[in-house]
Amino acid sequence: MNNNSDHIEVEQSLREGGMTLFANLVYELGTHTKTNDKFKALIAYFRNAEAGDRVWMIALFSGRRPRRTISGGKLQEWCSELIGLPEWLFAECYHTVGDLSETIALLIPELPRANDHPVSKSLSWYIERFLELEKSDEEKKKTFILDSWRELSSRERFVFNKLLSSTFRVGVSQSMMVNALAKLVNLEPSVIAHRISGNWDPSTTPFEELLSEESSIADHSKPYPFYLAYALEQEPEALGLPEEWQAEWKWDGIRGQIIKRNGTLFVWSRGEDLITEKFPEYNLLTDLLPDGTVIDGEILPLKNGEVLNFNVLQTRIGRKNITKKQLDEAPAGIFAYDLLEQDGQDIRHLPMEERRHRLAAIVATVNLPLLVLSPVIEFDNWEQLTRTRLDARLRNSEGLMLKRKSSPYQVGRKRGDWWKWKIDPLTIDAVMIYAQKGSGRRSNLYTDYTFAVRDGEKLVAFTKAYSGLTDKEFAQVDNFVKKNSLEKFGPVRTVKPELVFEIAFEGIAASNRHKSGVALRFPRMLRWRKDKTVDEINTIEDLKTMLEIYGK
Amino acid sequence: MSLIEFTDRGLFCPAGDFYIDPWKPVDKAVITHGHSDHARPGSKQFLCHPYTKPVLQLRLGDNDYQTAEWKDPVYMNGVAVTLYPAGHILGSSQVKVEHKGQVWVVSGDYKVEDDGLSGAFEPVPCNTFVTESTFGLPIYNWKPQKSIYQDIRTWIRGNRLEGKASVLIAYSLGKAQRVLHALVGEVDQVYAHGAIWNMQETLLNSGVLTRGILPELIRVTSEIPKENFKNAVIIAPPSADGTPWMKKFSPAAVGICSGWMQVRGNQRRRNADAGFALSDHSDWKGLLSAVEATGASRVFVTHGFQSAFSRYLNEAGIEAGEVQTEYGTDEEEVTQDLTNDTAEQVATDE
Repeated sequence: MNNNSDHIEVEQSLREGGMTLFANLVYELGTHTKTNDKFKALIAYFRNAEAGDRVWMIALFSGRRPRRTISGGKLQEWCSELIGLPEWLFAECYHTVGDLSETIALLIPELPRANDHPVSKSLSWYIERFLELEKSDEEKKKTFILDSWRELSSRERFVFNKLLSSTFRVGVSQSMMVNALAKLVNLEPSVIAHRISGNWDPSTTPFEELLSEESSIADHSKPYPFYLAYALEQEPEALGLPEEWQAEWKWDGIRGQIIKRNGTLFVWSRGEDLITEKFPEYNLLTDLLPDGTVIDGEILPLKNGEVLNFNVLQTRIGRKNITKKQLDEAPAGIFAYDLLEQDGQDIRHLPMEERRHRLAAIVATVNLPLLVLSPVIEFDNWEQLTRTRLDARLRNSEGLMLKRKSSPYQVGRKRGDWWKWKIDPLTIDAVMIYAQKGSGRRSNLYTDYTFAVRDGEKLVAFTKAYSGLTDKEFAQVDNFVKKNSLEKFGPVRTVKPELVFEIAFEGIAASNRHKSGVALRFPRMLRWRKDKTVDEINTIEDLKTMLEIYGK
Repeated sequence: MSLIEFTDRGLFCPAGDFYIDPWKPVDKAVITHGHSDHARPGSKQFLCHPYTKPVLQLRLGDNDYQTAEWKDPVYMNGVAVTLYPAGHILGSSQVKVEHKGQVWVVSGDYKVEDDGLSGAFEPVPCNTFVTESTFGLPIYNWKPQKSIYQDIRTWIRGNRLEGKASVLIAYSLGKAQRVLHALVGEVDQVYAHGAIWNMQETLLNSGVLTRGILPELIRVTSEIPKENFKNAVIIAPPSADGTPWMKKFSPAAVGICSGWMQVRGNQRRRNADAGFALSDHSDWKGLLSAVEATGASRVFVTHGFQSAFSRYLNEAGIEAGEVQTEYGTDEEEVTQDLTNDTAEQVATDE
């Protein structure tokens, strides 16, 4: 493998400043419809951007956003003030656009540009100012922001606002960015993915160091990129011989990596958050796990060897300090799936069967109730497994995982070797009672709905859902909402309870935060029941019955 | 009695016994322009600008059509009806209705920027102004036409460098002619979907559009070999976007020309490679300037963001009210993907 830094040809554009390049990249990624075009845009950006901006771009595209410099409320206030817009009208614009940063970018008129207009400052220059301003007083922030708004083009202003309010997201997968980078520096994508994971500070890490081998050794906390499965959309028979496959329950917790290196334990979530502090019970593992061990597993509420409803754990995840009571009521365990590193050696290339064998030995040595080897489901034929799968929900599992015994541990979502085979969702028929405009590609369309079931003569709201309809159906519902709503201003429209939808969801739990007394997991619209009227929808009793069966 | 009343058939002038852009069949209809939500079939008599007549004939068939030039009053029961350019599309007109010292102006759809084709919008002093509000929010802030035209040309050049055809999506009456206008000097020939080609022929044959001022259109047919589309420019109506008809141009980039492209979410929803916020309607500032220029003391706001626009006018000291109409279903005015076929009758080619 070559040293990477020699391979970067910097074609620093003379005409375009760093923020312009970055804003154009974000725009192009947002509008290109073909993967190949997005890929080309990424490559072009890496070639043209200065090194400092490249580092920040990698950071931003892998979810490392700078903290919020200023609240959205302040941005809104200052923008309204700058252009003399009444507050209600700003709100109308915002509801229509669906995005605060874009609303501001559109509202402020773009100044005509002279030919000698200076090129924009770099992306890293702006982010450094943000970091400096974090501690400044409001007046200073305001001056900087208003000056920048006037100076930047509409497209740049959009990105500027996104970064400022820490709402920057980008519509390409991290793996596409990794692939572009890999192509540029001539390294394997998996190596790049590993190097840019973990804890590093974009303000102090030079580009060359980020991609050099030495830097990855320095960071002992670094997790491996997760291997993710696609949903199985065919009959399992299509996978071939049953004996080539291993079946496990699919658990619905926090997918994570448990890392023990240099005498220290690190717990990472799939979203690449370091969550070690959230699970003090895992401290026991620090002494018992051998150094140089990385386990892929699921963090689950686990009591006396039994998996509890995931909601039990959710109550303690958001907390800064975890009380003893919470530790008792919602004890966290780990279902170990895979072993990625042993004795400091990356073993992802070994066949899964072999990795599992080694994992089993480690789990046995640790010998703690909280570390459980994810049980394998024995089956002789697919039909038998199909029947077993139906029991999933009663175990608080959401279905099965099928893994090819010979498979390596891959990077990202890949087809072929690993499949998730979920059980059918729970469903209930409900009527839409409120609607709100969406954001992003649903801008200016009513796409976010609240649904109710019947409670005697009344309707009681129990869930929101905003996915599952086709664009055409959304357009029809949008039209209905516009013709049948009571309010003229503000984001939420109360609509005539007439449209009935079948709502699908993965789980149900008791909740005292919701009027209906239940909280659903992953609710979405399964289909529009045009054949049903509001008199035919389900009742609150039906929901309670489901809670009784599945909510424990 | 009000000079104009808002009825369930449309805007009605009782003194003159005629309707303006009625959405149900009536005896006498004054038509502002040829888009299908303003010019509906079934009425007995139509009055419109001479440039609108060929379009009505094409779309509504043979009827009793009378025409009036701009600023040439026609008297109906003693009520003076005068058309003024609205700048929206070729022949589009505002309707001034004058009777016993009362002056109303119904704008239809309008655009204040002069596009060099449709006739320049002219503010008409009146007591009461009926305005559209399709883009009646301050986020709709158009770039000058010249600069959007430049963007379109730059985009086409970029596509050529990558060996791609450029498919521009524009509705056939109005937007298509403007897009062709943008291409003057850039390309000599443009391929066109049948619906756009038909409309263009109608406009040329009737003399509404002068031959030779816009690039020549070649109708896309199955006989044309695929190689001819390499690096070419094609214009197609929105209803063709995403259909198998588009496949023959591959590799191609698709650019949508519509005011809705101002907001990136709309562009993403349409799944276009590029969006050009080129509109035949006024932007926020255009609407405000038009209202102001009429000097009207009372404004009625029709289709679009009528709640927001009328509230803003009221707060600015101009008495304004909202009016529910059945306008706003032409292609540009519909924000979502077209799901009905009322918006434009597109003959699916081949």
